[in-house]
This record gives sequence, C-alpha cells and structure tokens, in this order.
Amino acid sequence: MKRRAFLQSSAGVVVGFSLSLTTLHAQQAGDPRFAQVDAWIKIAPNGLITFYTGKVELGTGVRTALAQMIAEELDVSVASIQLVMGDTELCPDQIGTFGSLTIMLAGPQVRQAAAEARLALVERAAQRLGVPADQVQTAQGVAKAPSGASVSYGELAQGPALGRAISGKATLKTPAQFKQIGQSVQRVEIPAKVCGTHEYVHHVRVPGMVHGRIIRPDMPGATALQIDDSALKTMAGAPKVVRKGNFLAVVADTEDMAIQAAQAVKVLWSAAEPLPTPQEVPQRLRSSPSTTKELQRTGQGADNLVQAAKTHQADYFVPFQLHASIGPSCAVADVRADKATVWSATQTSFLTRGSLATMLGMKPAQVRLIWTEGSGCYGQNGSDDVSGDAALLSQLVGKPVRVQWMRRQEHQWEPKGAAMAMTVKGGLDASGQIVGWDYAVWSPNHALRPFYDMAGNVLAGEALGMPARFLQAGADRNAKPTYVFDNSRVVLNLLNQSPLRSSSLRGLGSPQNTFANESFIDEMAVLAGADAIDFRVRHLKDERAIAVLRAVEKRAAWDKRPSGSRNNGVGRGVAFVQYDNNAAYVAVSMQVRVDDKTGRVKVERVCVAHDCGMVVNPDGVRNQIEGNVIQTLSRALMEEVQTTRREITSVDWVSYPILRFSDLPSAIDIELIDRPTVRAVGAGEATASPIFAALGNAIFDATGVRLRSVPFTPERLLAARQKRAA
Amino acid sequence: MSTIQVNGQVHKVQADSQTPLLHVLQNELMLKGPKYGCGMAQCGACTVHINGQAMRSCVMPVGAVRGEVTTLEGLGTADKPHPVQKAFIDAQAAQCGYCINGMVMTTVAFLKKTPKPNDDQIKAALDGNLCRCGTHMRIIAAVRKAAGVAA
Repeated sequence: MKRRAFLQSSAGVVVGFSLSLTTLHAQQAGDPRFAQVDAWIKIAPNGLITFYTGKVELGTGVRTALAQMIAEELDVSVASIQLVMGDTELCPDQIGTFGSLTIMLAGPQVRQAAAEARLALVERAAQRLGVPADQVQTAQGVAKAPSGASVSYGELAQGPALGRAISGKATLKTPAQFKQIGQSVQRVEIPAKVCGTHEYVHHVRVPGMVHGRIIRPDMPGATALQIDDSALKTMAGAPKVVRKGNFLAVVADTEDMAIQAAQAVKVLWSAAEPLPTPQEVPQRLRSSPSTTKELQRTGQGADNLVQAAKTHQADYFVPFQLHASIGPSCAVADVRADKATVWSATQTSFLTRGSLATMLGMKPAQVRLIWTEGSGCYGQNGSDDVSGDAALLSQLVGKPVRVQWMRRQEHQWEPKGAAMAMTVKGGLDASGQIVGWDYAVWSPNHALRPFYDMAGNVLAGEALGMPARFLQAGADRNAKPTYVFDNSRVVLNLLNQSPLRSSSLRGLGSPQNTFANESFIDEMAVLAGADAIDFRVRHLKDERAIAVLRAVEKRAAWDKRPSGSRNNGVGRGVAFVQYDNNAAYVAVSMQVRVDDKTGRVKVERVCVAHDCGMVVNPDGVRNQIEGNVIQTLSRALMEEVQTTRREITSVDWVSYPILRFSDLPSAIDIELIDRPTVRAVGAGEATASPIFAALGNAIFDATGVRLRSVPFTPERLLAARQKRAA
Repeated sequence: MSTIQVNGQVHKVQADSQTPLLHVLQNELMLKGPKYGCGMAQCGACTVHINGQAMRSCVMPVGAVRGEVTTLEGLGTADKPHPVQKAFIDAQAAQCGYCINGMVMTTVAFLKKTPKPNDDQIKAALDGNLCRCGTHMRIIAAVRKAAGVAA
C-alpha cells in the first residue's frame, strides 16, 4: 500500500522537455521594470552605487567581475559598487547562475545598463553645468565640464529618477579604453570571508524562528511505515514530529534539540526499488530505456569504418560523483498565510521561487526568495531541496523555520553528478589520419533543477506527490568533437530515468564526454605512431584550439614522441576541450609518477593554456582554473558514490574521500591567452573537462596501462596492469 | 549553567553542557567564523583555538571547554587583519570561503610551533582540513607568505 503510494507520487507527472539553457536565456521575456535603468541601479548621495542582478556569487568571483564591468562603463571605482544579487523582489530574472554563462550572457547586460546610466548622468550633468553633453567628461564618479566645473554622480542622481529606458544604443567601452576590465582586482568579499564577518545562509536568523531537521531514509524511495516519537515527550526544547504525505521532519526551539529529536524518532522504513551497486552502473546505463538522438553526422557517418586501414574501439565510464559541498545545505523560510520569504543559496532564485510557490499553493509574486551565499555548490547540490524543506516546514508549523541538512544527508540526498558510459570507434587510413569516428554516449539528464510552476522538482514537493517537469540538458555537452573528421557520427542515448537522482555537477556531461573523446584520440594517436599533440593539431582547423595546444606544448616543455613508448613509471599526457563547443578553449598537460608497487598515482606538474576571450579579472580566472584542476583531479583519482542495494553508503568524508593537501600536484602552471576584442566567455567550468583524459593519458604514458573508468584508483591500476600482463 | 570565555569576553551559556561548542558560538554568540561542516571532526571547518591550540569545536562539548576560546573574529578584522588573515587576503586564498575559517585557525596555531615551515610541513599541518573549491595552492602560498618563507 505504502509502496504503491510512493511509486505513484514519485513518478508523478514527470515530463522532460528539450530546451537548452542558453535558449531559455534568449527567450526570457523579463520583468518590464528592467527595461528602465532605474531598476538596475541606484545611486546614493554619497556616490555609493547599488546594482541589482539576478546572477549570484557561488565562490567563483562574479561579484567582483560584474562590479568591474559596471565600474568600467560608469567610470567609477569598484569599491563604490555594491551588488544586490538574486533577490526576487529587487533583481531581474537572469534565469540562474550556471553553465559558465554569467560573464558571457549577463556581462553584456550589466555593461549595457551601466553604460546607459552613465549617458543619463552625462545628460543631467550637461544641463547642470551648462555645456553640451559631448563636452562632459566622467571619471571616478564625477562629471566635469571643460571649464573644470564638476558635479558628482551622487548629486546628479538626487531628485527624480533617471527615467531612461535601456535603449541598447549606449556605446560600450572599447578595450583601448579599459581601466577596470582586464585588471586583477582583489575579490571584494574575501576580507570578510577571511575575517569571519561574511554572512552565509547558515547565519540567517529570524525572530520567532525554530529549528528543523528532516528525517529521510538511507534508501531513496523508502517511506515511513511506522513512526515512534515517544522519546520526544521527555525532551527539552519542545520538539515535535511534523508529517505531511511522505515528508517527515522534526522542529524544536534550538538546533541541538532538533538534531537530538531527529535522532530519537524511530522510523520503520518500507522497501523501495533496489539500487544498482557501483559495479552494475555501467551496464545499467547502457541497457536502460532511453531516447536516441543523432547529434552529428558528417560524410558517411560510421559507414566507412570497414574500409579503414586500422580500426579501434573502446568503452569508457565515469561513475556517479558528489558535489560534496563542505557546508551542508541550509535555508530559512518564513511562510505566512499570504506571503512567504525564503533565504536560500540556490543558483536559480526565480525558478526555485516558482517551484516553492506551487508547493505552498501561492502565486510566485507572494513568495520572496532572498538569495544568500552558501557553501560552494559546483552545480545543484542540496540548496534547492533544503529550501523546499524549510518552506514546507514553516507552512506546516506556522513559524519561521531554519533547516540545515546533516552531513550524512548532504552526501546521501544531494542530486548526484550523473554517471555516463561512452563507446567510441575509429578508423585510420594508411597515412595515419582519422577517416571515421563513431561516438555513442549513454547518460541520464543533468538538469533536475526547480522549474517555475513545478513543485515536484524539489524533494519536499515530491514527497507531497506533486508533479515534476525538468529541462533536458548536459548529457550532450562536448559529445561532439572539435576535431574535424570527414566521416563521423555522434549519438546520444538519453536515459528516461537516472539510476540515482542526479543533476548538474560542474561541466554537466562535458568532463565525461571529454574523457571519452580525448582518451580515444590519444589511443588513435598511439595507433598511428604519432605524438599526442601533433596528432590532435592535424585534425583541427580552429586556430584558437591549435593555439592552446601549442601553448601548453611549449609551457610544459612537452616531450614529443608517441605516448606509451617508455613504460618507466613516469609519463605525460595532454587533453583539450572547447567547452560546450562554443566557449573557452583549454589544453591541459600533466606529468605523473606511478608507484610500481602500490599503483598510487602522483600528479606532478600540471600546465594549463586557457583562452576565454576577453579576460575580465586575470587572477580570478587563475583561481577558477586552479580550482577546476584540483577538484577534478579529486574526482579523477578517488571519487565514486558507493551504494549497496539498500542504501547510499557514501555518507561522510571517510566513506567518500576527497583530495587533501598531501595529494596535491607540485605545481599548476597557467598561461592565460587574453583576447580583449573577442567576446568574454566563462571560466568557471571549462578546465574541469579535460582533466580526466589528461590524467588517464599520462598514466598510459607512464605505465602502458589504459584506464577507461574513472576513478583511477591504485586497485584499478594494479588490476589493469595484471590483466595486461596476463 | 556554564560560562565560557570567547575572544576576551565571558559569556553565560544557555545550552546544555553536552552541546557542541560550535553550536553555542553560532547560535548564542552569533559568531560567523567557525562553520558547521560535518559534526564529526572530519573536515576542519569548525576549528577554533582553545588556549592557542587548534580544536574542532563541532565535537567539543561546551561543558568540557577549559580556558580561553579564540575564533576567527578574535584574530583580527578586515581593517586590522591578523598577519595570517592578511596573507590569505593578499594571496586571494579563498573561493566560496566556507573552509577558510579552519585553514586560517589551523595555520595560526601551526606557525606558532613551526615558524619557518617547508611545503611538506605546511601540507601535513593542513591535511586534516578539507577544501572543495580547490583553493589549496593559494592557501599554501598564503601560509608561506605569513611565515615569510619562499616556495
């Protein structure tokens, strides 16, 4: 009975629809207020500028980079700008902060709004100073006439609103005029983070607030058959169990009492659909019901492979992995009869507001989501779900509620980074050129994010049996190679359902697809007896792609020879990506040393050549590149979500280890290729994509062993070597 | 009801003596430096000093605290940062910043005992502190900077 209820509710009405996130950006109608400059920007009498954006700071530095772009167009200092981010009552809906799209898509928007504001201020100054507008000069928040008479922005902005529409006609600064863009301005919020005054969502406290903890099973899909809360009667802090549908929680006056109460409640859980063990996931991906779509076909597709002089085929796999935020997800909600306020670290303020409003039975306009920074999320961690938990619990108890997940819950319940399986077949002609390329990927959807009117997209809404509807995104990311092959076919098999609930993790499907593409081209280079960089370059036409490979070749003092020809435990590997086939170009090389006895891989020097067009903040980009290298090395070396049939057993930092200081490479050496006249694209994810392959290729060069499944654990390496020897 | 001394001030504790020190710091003293990460002393985000020693406040019952507690806020401010805080700012050694409390607190205690560390010593000292953003290279650079040692 309970089981059936669960299956119905969790199945709900799940509808996928294919709409790329960039298309969503382009189609966004927008709040009409933001057709006016005054909605974007407010200038105080003292010259302090408040700027409103729907984009948020996820730890990647966009608070600073956007401020630099605004400061550039307004002729003010970065220090005079304060950004209000992701507050649905005050900010424009810029969809969300993901996909390395903030600099690329919001950058031009905020520059346009700032440039338009400057024009309005210049016109006011011209009137005030009695000179034609084209004679007014602006610098450091002051407008000046040729006579030297001047008036500050603070003075100019007093009185009536600027009243100017965003015409799109304000001319943006050119690279030759840049004073702020291209500078390594220090991150504006780092001093507060380092000195302990920065406010995270974990710190939000509201008068009358109680603390909640959610009670969820170890087995996804299990529901509570029996609940024994008798232990709560004698506990201080007035704890009580709250239940609606399959949503089960406790609230108490203090956080400690809520934690103790959640532990004291005894629950008998139902069974649910058995989980696949990690060993079963590759086959599960390849055999699950899916929708097949051809993403690319050139020439004869895969048909001419039979005529190739040499052919090769390989299977690759990347397991489910965690976002593994250091801070567990947290939110605070104050839901009243006709108005709700939610403090959330979501990446998608407006989408999440929509999901929560539907769950609460309210109109979106009745819900205000105030974005507040969280622990780094690297995609969709538990932030959206915990926001739903807090909102529902607040509605049920009629008080403001703060909910923080426990560490175990964050590990078990964050939507996982999706596992993917890939198969590539290729053929070489007699000259060693690739004449056929046949690529297939099996992947779940990577976008379980909340959606405007869908409550079932968050766990609390799902527990109430509410319908879900998801964007489809990410599985195809970088499935198509940048290499030019006369004959090629790229096929996506998009699973109808994921074996484990999964959503966007940094790069979505790009690191996995790039692992397969960049490992396989390395294998083809070996088959052709060619150097790995030269072989790549001779299949590329894009000059920027070639430039990053040649830059990394030079920087790494690349040892030019066919890979795998030494097998002495020391090796180097390379990999390349153009992120999402339309954004940043990255080439990565790695030197590794593999311990012959233990199979342990020590990454020594990592070189990165990175071209994201116009660089807004070089040190900020370097920080992102370093972070991508280290985080993805961690995924490459040690990360795989562990399960039994009955539960997710990766529940803490012992059962799901991540990279530590002692595992670091000795150096990460970065070359930024700055192209000030080329559109700026994001740097938040691109470098993650080539890391798996660069490391796998280096391990092959060092040992002759080709690892085609992430992570590259010592056990796996030793087993592969033994198999090869046998 | 117990009392604790934190950043030079004595506070009466409302919570039960078994309550982790971290929760008292966050929920009674409203301090934002020490963070909840795991509640099991595995990640280091909650690190504070007790009599100058780096301790994990998430597993330390408040009733067991003997001596002076110092938190990140007690070291310095954005206007007058502690030398280690200044080194972290100069090295831009943060991304999301959630782990940085533990990195700074562990470093301050470490440098008192090992004023001129080499890189291996720095890595060993910080090995129990987890960072997910991958800010490690900058954190090491910040520790070197604070200690006045070269790479």
